[in-house]
Amino acid sequence: MYVAVKGGERAIANAHRLLEHERRGDRSVPEIGTAQIEQQLSLAVDRVMSEGSLYDRALAALAIKQARGDLIEAIFLIRAYRTTLPRFGFSVPLDTAAMAIRRRISSTYKDLPGGQVLGPTFDYTHRLLDFALAAEGEPEAPATAPVDTELRFPRVTDLIAEDDLIERNPPADPAGPVGDLTREPLAFPAERDLRLQNLARGDEGFLLALGYSTQRGYGRNHPFVGEIRMGEVEVEFEIPELGITVSLGAVTLTECQMVNQFKGSLTEPAKFTRGYGLSFGHCERRAMSMSLVDRALRADELGEERTSPAQDEEFVLSHSDNIQATGFVEHLKLPHYVDFQAELALLRQMRREHEARQNTYPEAAE
Amino acid sequence: MPDTEAARPNLDCRAVTMALLARAECEELSRPLEVFWPDLAFTMVRAPETGLVMLRGRMGGDGAPFNLGEATVTRAVVELQTGERGYAQRLGRDISGVKKAAIIEALAQRDADRPLVERNVLVPIRQRLAEEASRKRAETAATRVDFFTLVRAEG
Amino acid sequence: MSLAGLQNPVLDQQATFRAVMQALAEPGHAVPAGAVAGEASPLGPVARAIALSLLDFEVQFHLSPSLASAEGDLTFHTGSRRAARPDEAEFAFLDLRHDALDLASFAQGTPEYPDRSTTLVLRVESFAEGNPLTLAGPGIPGSRKCRIAGLPVDFAAQWGANAARSPLGVDLIFTTSEAVLGLPRSTRIIEEAR
Repeated sequence: MYVAVKGGERAIANAHRLLEHERRGDRSVPEIGTAQIEQQLSLAVDRVMSEGSLYDRALAALAIKQARGDLIEAIFLIRAYRTTLPRFGFSVPLDTAAMAIRRRISSTYKDLPGGQVLGPTFDYTHRLLDFALAAEGEPEAPATAPVDTELRFPRVTDLIAEDDLIERNPPADPAGPVGDLTREPLAFPAERDLRLQNLARGDEGFLLALGYSTQRGYGRNHPFVGEIRMGEVEVEFEIPELGITVSLGAVTLTECQMVNQFKGSLTEPAKFTRGYGLSFGHCERRAMSMSLVDRALRADELGEERTSPAQDEEFVLSHSDNIQATGFVEHLKLPHYVDFQAELALLRQMRREHEARQNTYPEAAE
Repeated sequence: MPDTEAARPNLDCRAVTMALLARAECEELSRPLEVFWPDLAFTMVRAPETGLVMLRGRMGGDGAPFNLGEATVTRAVVELQTGERGYAQRLGRDISGVKKAAIIEALAQRDADRPLVERNVLVPIRQRLAEEASRKRAETAATRVDFFTLVRAEG
Repeated sequence: MSLAGLQNPVLDQQATFRAVMQALAEPGHAVPAGAVAGEASPLGPVARAIALSLLDFEVQFHLSPSLASAEGDLTFHTGSRRAARPDEAEFAFLDLRHDALDLASFAQGTPEYPDRSTTLVLRVESFAEGNPLTLAGPGIPGSRKCRIAGLPVDFAAQWGANAARSPLGVDLIFTTSEAVLGLPRSTRIIEEAR
């Protein structure tokens, strides 16, 4: 129960002013620009775009600056901002096969068409702090190599599919609507389109922990990274008056195709199944976790027994959103004075009754 | 570009123009407008507006669609005094860029202006994009793994 | 098809929204329109400003036969589409000087979501003529008299049936060429002088 409490306006105004002062930090240190955040903290920008569910690098950078680097607070700002904008429509589904590849690796085939392309990765760094970065200095320009313009990057899952050893992706239903949890409240059981939308904007830490739990045996599904690819994909959007589809520019995406074991059933032979992850920006950990959880949530569909948290869609989808989560956890800071007074009075009364019982039946207490 | 195509831009051709203009940098639009069409008269048919487009992915990359998340998009429609209607839409929130792009898209429909647009706006954008793409491809290519089999050294 | 949009989209939309909200908060009271747009539109400048302010990609509209030619204009400026049937539309536009009115033919909402009913935007000649109506209900201290020119003869009966569907039912926004007047589903007609 909440009771309106007045007062505190001046304290609030001054607290905000102090917050701004703290955000700025030591004023003898140059102020950080949003362009610097966009360029040099680009993976934080990617995370805020993914979980804010809004692709706009400059806005995400601004949000990170305003939130003093608290990414969940920045995501909150982005979610709030997006509600102020009208929706123009839906893009043509993004074609990740046509991605301008900047990274592409597979852990299932060493020599795959197109090859393993590492791109900008932390993977082989030694995780040793580089104290040179504390001083000023430009890094080396990147190495270049001749480009084979004939090179193509077919999906690894398509290669496996050639032998019919992996399930096919569910085909599009032209008549069926695509679920949108920003318009209709989530209801259970949720179809895979809604599950993927939910996971795509879910908290990375939550997805990571759930994905990890499947590997440790809580809903094990024997995953292999069929492929991870990162790069730029064109966004195409229709102009209905002209009846044409036009590219609006490109967005950076990370895609993970997880290939998982499936032991088969009475009616179906054993084959590989899929888990899918797709994310704004370069967010490999998120895309991989998403694909593990996507696969785990398909337990019912694949006739697997639901035994673990990652397979429980109501548990996963209801707790994945860090803005909902932070709202409910942090609301405990709000005044609960009346609630607490009631609890206090109840407790005192119970104590009194307890004491009265002890006085009446002293032997019962022994 | 052949003259016949330059003279009669069809809708596909317009889509290509719009896609290039959607990637233009501020200068690439404002400079040619100032130099070649300084006192152009036009009306705003649909004022520049920023909104959201829901980006869709596909399950497994090629399966049924799902809603991935939104992107900011800004769009506008202008009309020249000669009646051509120019459309522009691009990712992001660049209101003035979209307005300029719409004007140039309308100009590109005029037989007289189409070659000017092509030479002074589209060609430079196309060149810059091609250079950026080939630089990125070359940087990426340098990180391709060349597997080789280790041979035990003589000794 | 080549009508211009709102002059100052943000301010005009805000002013239009304010006027409509005011009209629905004080039913029966004629409120000056927040903005006008497109004298040449068959909708009339006030109803068109309302359309350009309230419609977007995510709603569908219905047009009465006499307003059918406005479809391209509304689709172009708002991204909204024409509904296949009247009861699939969030907003309906009619001109009561030419069109028949059947409130029951529109979406009435659902018990879970009574707000999912059609909002009707009705063009009339003036708020100075017509049989005097006496209204009562939320937003009206005591009672309020108003006139709406050219209401169909069975309007009071239709409105009574609409009230009987409460909490479901449609809401009405009447427009002239300079003002708006609201009749939300919660307003009752307590007297109709003839």
